[in-house]
Amino acid sequence: MIDAKIPAGDLADKWNNYKDSSKLINPANRKKLDIIVVGTGLAGSSCAATLAEQGYNVKSFCFQDSARRAHSVAAQGGVNAAKNYKNDGDSVYRMFYDTIKGGDFRSREANVYRLAECSLALIDQAVAQGVPFAREYGGYLNNRSFGGVQVSRTFYARGQTGQQLMIGAYQALMRQVSAGKVKTYTRHEMLDLVLIDGKARGIIARNLETGEIERHVANAVVLATGGYGKVYYLSTLAMGCNSSAIWRAHKKGAFMSGVSWIQFHPTCLPQIGETQSKLTLMSESLRNDGRIWVPKKAGDERVPNDIPEEERDYYLERRYPTFGNLSPRDISSRAAKERIDAGCGVGPMKNAVCLDFSKAIREQGRDKIEEKYGNLFRMYDKINGVDAYKEPMLISPAAHFTMGGLWVDYDLMTTIPGLFALGEANFSDHGANRLGANSLLQSCVDGYFIAPYTIPNYLSGELKAEKVTTDHPAFIDAENNVREQLNRFLNLKGHLSADHFHKTLGKLLYDKCGLSRTRKSLEEAIVEIRSLKKSFDHELKITGDEGVNSELEKAGRVSDFLELGELMCHDALQREESCGAHFREEYQTPDGEAVRNDKDFCYVSAWEWKGEAVEPELHKEPLVFETVKLTVRSYK
Amino acid sequence: MKQTTLTYKLVMALTGLFLCFFLVIHLLGNLQLLLPESGAREQFNWYSHLLSGNILIKIISYVLYLSLIGHAIYALVINRKNTKANGEKYVYDKRSQVSSWNSRNMGILGTIILIFLIIHFKDYWYVYKFGHLPLDAKGNKDLYSIVISSFQQGWYIIIYELSFIALGFHLLHGFFSASRTLGLYHPKYSSLVRVFGWIYSLAITLGFMLIPIYIYFNLNVL
Amino acid sequence: MKLYLKVWRQEHRDSKGGMISYEVDGISEHMSFLEMLDLLNERLIQKGERVIEFDHDCREGICGACGMMINGRAHGPLTGTTTCQLHMRSFNDGETVYIEPFRATAFPVLRDLKIDRSAFDHIIQSGGYISASTGQAPESNSIPIAHEVTEAAFDAAACIGCGACVATCKNSSAALFTSAKISHLVLLPQGKLESADRVVSMVNQMDTEGFGHCSNTEACEVECPQEISVLHIGRMNYEYNKALALRK
Repeated sequence: MIDAKIPAGDLADKWNNYKDSSKLINPANRKKLDIIVVGTGLAGSSCAATLAEQGYNVKSFCFQDSARRAHSVAAQGGVNAAKNYKNDGDSVYRMFYDTIKGGDFRSREANVYRLAECSLALIDQAVAQGVPFAREYGGYLNNRSFGGVQVSRTFYARGQTGQQLMIGAYQALMRQVSAGKVKTYTRHEMLDLVLIDGKARGIIARNLETGEIERHVANAVVLATGGYGKVYYLSTLAMGCNSSAIWRAHKKGAFMSGVSWIQFHPTCLPQIGETQSKLTLMSESLRNDGRIWVPKKAGDERVPNDIPEEERDYYLERRYPTFGNLSPRDISSRAAKERIDAGCGVGPMKNAVCLDFSKAIREQGRDKIEEKYGNLFRMYDKINGVDAYKEPMLISPAAHFTMGGLWVDYDLMTTIPGLFALGEANFSDHGANRLGANSLLQSCVDGYFIAPYTIPNYLSGELKAEKVTTDHPAFIDAENNVREQLNRFLNLKGHLSADHFHKTLGKLLYDKCGLSRTRKSLEEAIVEIRSLKKSFDHELKITGDEGVNSELEKAGRVSDFLELGELMCHDALQREESCGAHFREEYQTPDGEAVRNDKDFCYVSAWEWKGEAVEPELHKEPLVFETVKLTVRSYK
Repeated sequence: MKQTTLTYKLVMALTGLFLCFFLVIHLLGNLQLLLPESGAREQFNWYSHLLSGNILIKIISYVLYLSLIGHAIYALVINRKNTKANGEKYVYDKRSQVSSWNSRNMGILGTIILIFLIIHFKDYWYVYKFGHLPLDAKGNKDLYSIVISSFQQGWYIIIYELSFIALGFHLLHGFFSASRTLGLYHPKYSSLVRVFGWIYSLAITLGFMLIPIYIYFNLNVL
Repeated sequence: MKLYLKVWRQEHRDSKGGMISYEVDGISEHMSFLEMLDLLNERLIQKGERVIEFDHDCREGICGACGMMINGRAHGPLTGTTTCQLHMRSFNDGETVYIEPFRATAFPVLRDLKIDRSAFDHIIQSGGYISASTGQAPESNSIPIAHEVTEAAFDAAACIGCGACVATCKNSSAALFTSAKISHLVLLPQGKLESADRVVSMVNQMDTEGFGHCSNTEACEVECPQEISVLHIGRMNYEYNKALALRK
């Protein structure tokens, strides 16, 4: 049993109680404390900037060439906040409830309530920084609705909300750089965590520009390194997204939770060739006007426009009449997979469904559709060379967001004292499924409003701790291990590229630990991943030297993905129920809906690393629901 | 405040615009050459005398010299800095596809204009100021004859016309570019200035170009 | 289809580079330009050669990491497109394609097509922000901002910092990048307070980094993946001249 250290009091008072009783550090002492923040996305940048504003010395690391390029930029839709500007009955409680329910009752009440509560201040903060959220003609902020909820609480900046929030956080970070409170280490990749007396005291990082291995010491380490959806190779994530920072922390003792809970985004561009590297996301907002269908007949070879209306199956409208095309992501994605697996898929690889705007264009006119989605239609044309005003878009589900990550307590601290995990890198507040526009919210709230309270609370106990330098044996050991691994990669005399292993792993996971899983598929996957890892250890081929070397970077990341992939399968195998994004085919109703098992699985699985090819150890954190009643999540 | 790229450009814009203004005055003066020969000689010589005598005009002329020199020197300085900023050259360069030729070659156009100005100063300004000219009926120096006689030579007209084509392209980009440098950013007025710049450049260029041709074909009198 | 590539290869910051020829066949028109380079790199690995290094990340045109000169044009032959969004259907079978890094003194080459664009970060550090620390913000709707003002600020804020403007500029000027940030912030009421100091220090920084002068050729707007307007440069000049005139 592990303890999440949830504060006492009523749900609505917990966070205030925490803030009222957390320990403070006087400004003169803050200057003496160093904090390492790995990752410069929304969570990392905002946390680094806020801690620096408070007076701590921050070292900020990212593998990109500039902090601004972190993958938070790619979020399109928006950010949720319970401002109730639309006067449509929204409230902190309602947002909390939507998020808990959206997550299929597999998240902590206290964390989720705090998320909804802090959403209000986030919008204020972003606006003050100059984030150009959409506004109405009267000058006040505008909102739109998003999948899975019935109120309009999503703030947005065209289709680039993530980028605009990211620029706000990046600018706050740059301001602290010029104030001398933050030092940035761009093109640096964290390769190990350094523990001294059981506490996180530093990292080993590789300078990707020179190949140098560097040691960095601090009083606390924050990992805000994003999600690991790239484990599937083909995903909506950036090519550089990886799990190495959290995975190496996991191997040093931090537990991982919800590892197999991966959200598949329903509106992505399908794979059309073997050399494809990316499945581009098309904003979910398209589902507001687009209708999703496949041919009724399996193996229909006609092009979509030649298939008459009566031979089309609008399967979302058929199965979920209330929410229809706006059903939550997990449900929409699974329904698409179900149809594709039944042989009704369209497109050259028969792996897509149609997203059709012909009715919307007929009813609202082309102008209106162009005004709402013009940029998306242009993007579609750019990538596919197809005019979506005339033909339906072809879309397909793709790996997108990882609800899982490092287990953290209410303080966002992992099981290693002094190691914090923020944003998508932690197992987070989304339970088994994340609602649209909640990920930007969570990363910002973690970074701006939560960690800057909880980290000082931890650090107050560290003021009298023994001073350590990078000459400590723990640093030397960690550096040697990192060097050893890099040298091994460079000296392997194999014949297969890192990408080859990554693609093989990705395909395997899509098939056996993807949108739906079975005991059999997972057991097979574990065996296959282990043998793939063996092959990787011997047959990998890396060219180039220790300097700038993207293949060497990939090798380390793929090596970690292989181990993580195995843990995903263990996690999915152990959880014998279907909840949110985790759909075990053995646990479903006759008409294909998920069956959750609250009696046996109402807990967070926290996995402990026990060594390579050894079964990980499971720890349980029971989920206690004091406020909400567990119900069957129905969108019918 | 230290000098930055923008202050350099500001000098270019202000001197350039002053020269644009001067071109108008100069053209108005030159248009007198198109008058009937009898009246034109005295009118033009009187006008030339007026320009050389008046104290206000004198001050303006010094501003003019300064502008010319400043415009040229700053152009050189800017050009040096740009070359330094560019670093290694592209092996294969097709950047020319995305901007107009004259906007990229203001330096070359400016150099042509500068060479022309040297010839121009030597032939008229120097002769008028320091040479011994016959006087006309009213006792003014007879610059008119000098001008008319120079425009009887075909090669001279060719140089003159080519230089004005260069000036035309230089103005076409320079006028609007100066407005941008001065800080005009409103889309409506920005495009208005661009249209005005076109009209201005055409008027100045064609005006100057017309005069020697007119003289060559109509005033073959001397 | 088959292409004949000529790719800039350079070992280090200070070493001398040159164009190396490669033949790549089996290219599908649906591939993105970067996937075509992936294909070539995969074959280089098989041959035991060092891969071509290039920056890339999101591959959906928003992170600004990718960028190269393709056939002498920033981000290749299309306008309003990043390199990752360029697809092979824009090329012809048998064509020779020249690939070079974005070049400018302020953007030194690290290796092959990878360049160092930290100069852009330095420009932002010099003042490209609104000084609003966490916790200071007022209620967001207490500052109404006209719809068109927000939209105009967004147009400027859409810059992805890829550096194509610098690469395509005959003077390697960073005017479009710097002015987009100045415009974004000065348009908003919360950004107006610091506008004079901001514009002066950002323009100074732009010079210190070694970028050239803007000659208003407007090539940058054509090549900008986000189609940022050159009118922002006019606004930057206006703000700068105003600061020049009014600052003590």
